[in-house]
Amino acid sequence: MTTLFTILFDGVAYGMLLFVLACGLAVTLGLMNFVNLAHGAFAMAGGYICAVLVNNSGWPFFAALPLAFVTAAAIGVLLERTLYRHLYTRSHLDQVLFTIGLTFMSVAAVDYIMGSSRIFIKLPAALEGQFDFFGVGIGRYRLMIIVICGLLTVALQLILSKTRFGSRLRAAVDDPRVASGLGINVPQVFAFTFAFGCGLAGLGGALSAEILGLDPYFPLKFMIYFLIVVTVGGSSSITGPFLASLLLGIGDVAGKYYVPKMGPFVIYTIMIVILIWRPNGLFGRAAAR
Amino acid sequence: MTIALETRGLEKSFGGLKVTRDLSLKVEQGARHALIGPNGAGKTTVINLLTGVLKPNGGRILLEGNDITDLAVHKRVLRGLSRTFQINQLYADLTPLETIGLAVSERLGRGGDWWRRMGTRGDVNQEIAETLGRFHLLDVMNERTATLPYGKQRLLEIAVAIATRPRVLLLDEPAAGVPESERHDILAAVAALPRDVTVLLIEHDMDLVFSFADRISVLVNGAMLVEGPPDEVARDPQVKAVYLGEAVHA
Amino acid sequence: MNAVSDVSSHAIARARWRPAEIAFWMLALSCAFLFPSRYLIMTDILRLALFTLSLDLILGYAGIVSLGHAAFFGVGAYSAGLMALHGIINEPVIALVVAGLIAMVLGFLTSFLVIRGVDLTRLMVTLGIALLLEALAERFSNITGGTDGLQGIEMQPILGMFAFDMFGKTGFFYSLIVLFLLFLLARRIVNSPFGLSLRAIKNNPLRASAIGVPVNRRLIAIYTVAAFYAGIAGALFTQTTALASLDVFAFERSADLMLVLVIGGTGYLYGGLIGAVVFKMLQELFQTITPQYWLFWIGLVLVVIVLVGRDRMHRWALWLPNLIIRQIAGRKAVVAVPESDAP
Repeated sequence: MTTLFTILFDGVAYGMLLFVLACGLAVTLGLMNFVNLAHGAFAMAGGYICAVLVNNSGWPFFAALPLAFVTAAAIGVLLERTLYRHLYTRSHLDQVLFTIGLTFMSVAAVDYIMGSSRIFIKLPAALEGQFDFFGVGIGRYRLMIIVICGLLTVALQLILSKTRFGSRLRAAVDDPRVASGLGINVPQVFAFTFAFGCGLAGLGGALSAEILGLDPYFPLKFMIYFLIVVTVGGSSSITGPFLASLLLGIGDVAGKYYVPKMGPFVIYTIMIVILIWRPNGLFGRAAAR
Repeated sequence: MTIALETRGLEKSFGGLKVTRDLSLKVEQGARHALIGPNGAGKTTVINLLTGVLKPNGGRILLEGNDITDLAVHKRVLRGLSRTFQINQLYADLTPLETIGLAVSERLGRGGDWWRRMGTRGDVNQEIAETLGRFHLLDVMNERTATLPYGKQRLLEIAVAIATRPRVLLLDEPAAGVPESERHDILAAVAALPRDVTVLLIEHDMDLVFSFADRISVLVNGAMLVEGPPDEVARDPQVKAVYLGEAVHA
Repeated sequence: MNAVSDVSSHAIARARWRPAEIAFWMLALSCAFLFPSRYLIMTDILRLALFTLSLDLILGYAGIVSLGHAAFFGVGAYSAGLMALHGIINEPVIALVVAGLIAMVLGFLTSFLVIRGVDLTRLMVTLGIALLLEALAERFSNITGGTDGLQGIEMQPILGMFAFDMFGKTGFFYSLIVLFLLFLLARRIVNSPFGLSLRAIKNNPLRASAIGVPVNRRLIAIYTVAAFYAGIAGALFTQTTALASLDVFAFERSADLMLVLVIGGTGYLYGGLIGAVVFKMLQELFQTITPQYWLFWIGLVLVVIVLVGRDRMHRWALWLPNLIIRQIAGRKAVVAVPESDAP
């Protein structure tokens, strides 16, 4: 029974991490119907920034996290303004080719600068180890992830539902053409959202170094996970990707625990079954135009 | 008279919005039937329901007495129900020859032939040539469709539909956007459609409707308002009210 | 009657052999005698060309974007390797066809997933299937040899007569013949009514079904055929190199493949062949500069190609050949320009 709770706990932490990593992708996809396979590269950038600051410059971990966000967002806005925006009207094939190209370049560049081995971020002592909670072993670091990602999710939901920007964003996701007819500056909303999504990915990358492992191949290894979150969750709201992330996280952890030999099959099988059952994702409308 | 196309209590809604309400329509064999209505009346939805692009929430669709409600789009075409498209949905990179060839091959059940080169079957070629000839497209048969004058493209649109040998043809605003100089060709082509093809014309242009149709149905807010012969419909006070832009209290 | 013969001749014209095509194949054959010391790399190019031809069938003709075409390549490679290793089928040609058929069955089964949903779902499903197979090959490393790959494959002579030699001469001619035969078949397919319906589906699937085209059935068919081609390419890889390891399923292989096709151009069959030559030359060039960071250069090439625009790039690339043809033959350019993509 306690192992079940531990699995659930670890799975939720993992899932929430995936959500923070991938939700930016869901929004960019819903808003511009843009397939950004390079999303993981922004996460990697955040992770490495955090690692350099903490390990080499001696920054405290919690001070480095916001900077991971800011740096990834800055890179995001830079690329969006210079490169991405030329591709919104192109075919999906072009978008796929372009973003795979960016991913490859980021992988090789990080490999060149930082080396190819996995890196670790020195954690403060308070986050190490685990404590006992009614017989269930609770990892401190994972608990922190759940708290941070949980707060972020609530904040995102509030921004989307309560603020003026949120309502503009929802209108634009719902139908970009109608939204621009209503006087909403869709490109601007998009640039901002893109940067914010990249920032979240960067933050997620920094947080995930401990759990998922961080090396130059991160964007390729987790590309499929991001795609699963977005296709299974749909891109019309953030609730879909959130639930899909949790499902993926719990499924993956449980699969690795109960049938370790079958490794990633559990996840792929779940994914295939879901897509046979609901070709356009579990939650809401798919990214068709 | 036998009924070529019939809907019984057709319903369609998107979310909470009802766009087709209890629509029952009968189109007689060989009729020139027009479906008219103001903007937003749900005409396009009706076409999508009839052709199978959309699935209705309720009601049935019958083609020559057979229920086709659950058939896929291409199967309805093979059963003899074809349509033309309003905006230009022709194949820009294909030639008229290829476009018509595609339709003819599929109708003859030869569309899946993968070992045979195009143009090697006499019966297919014969039919392509006939269709191209009938719609004055022989001279441009080997040009890319995208480079054709707009009027020729509209003719090709009708020609493709005819090439599937429909028994019921849905014409979706065939003359929309055609310049005045080329309009005559389109109207002539529409008028010259074979009598054994039942035509349901969905149209905005009242001149065309009243010169062509022998029966008219008026659609308002997704429901049938009036149905009858042209002179009757023209006199109907409700129809006048709708087209004069007044509120309807039906 | 005149109109009918016009229709017939115009319809057949597309499938007629052009002088440039014949020149292309003569050139390919003459390479065998011009560069006798480079059989291995030329065989490599031929395999890649066949594999890319397979992707062109689904991407260039049917508009299916795949991130995991290596799945079928890998299945073909392992099938051929295992058959040779365990002496199940010793004759290479029969083994080649059987390996292709195994990949084809997999292609047929997975096509039902691929045809459903939108582009994004397709990307995920194709990528997922390749990853799944890679994980499977790793899990059953007692059969597949894991990361070390299959060890000790020994190929028997082709048709019992032509033994594989260490310079790769036999392998080269074997690959060239296989490529040419499969190219002929592909050429036949794309110029048939079936091929025409694929082009229609790629342009506008809704319109195609309104003309009476059974869209899903056609997509399943071409996806299955493409899987067969990819399986053959994979089997050729194993047979001519006596290797099969986990990296046959790698994502990089699928991504490289897209680059090859994009370099050569989609939708006119020669794209894969030309792309393979250019790609291998680029690879040689970049690997002499920085062997470790090859991935960076592939990425850069992809980014630049997309930013420049694929259509524009091909117009530039075809400018000189077209000019020459116009000068010499004094007529319209005959080098095929790839069809534009559906918006």
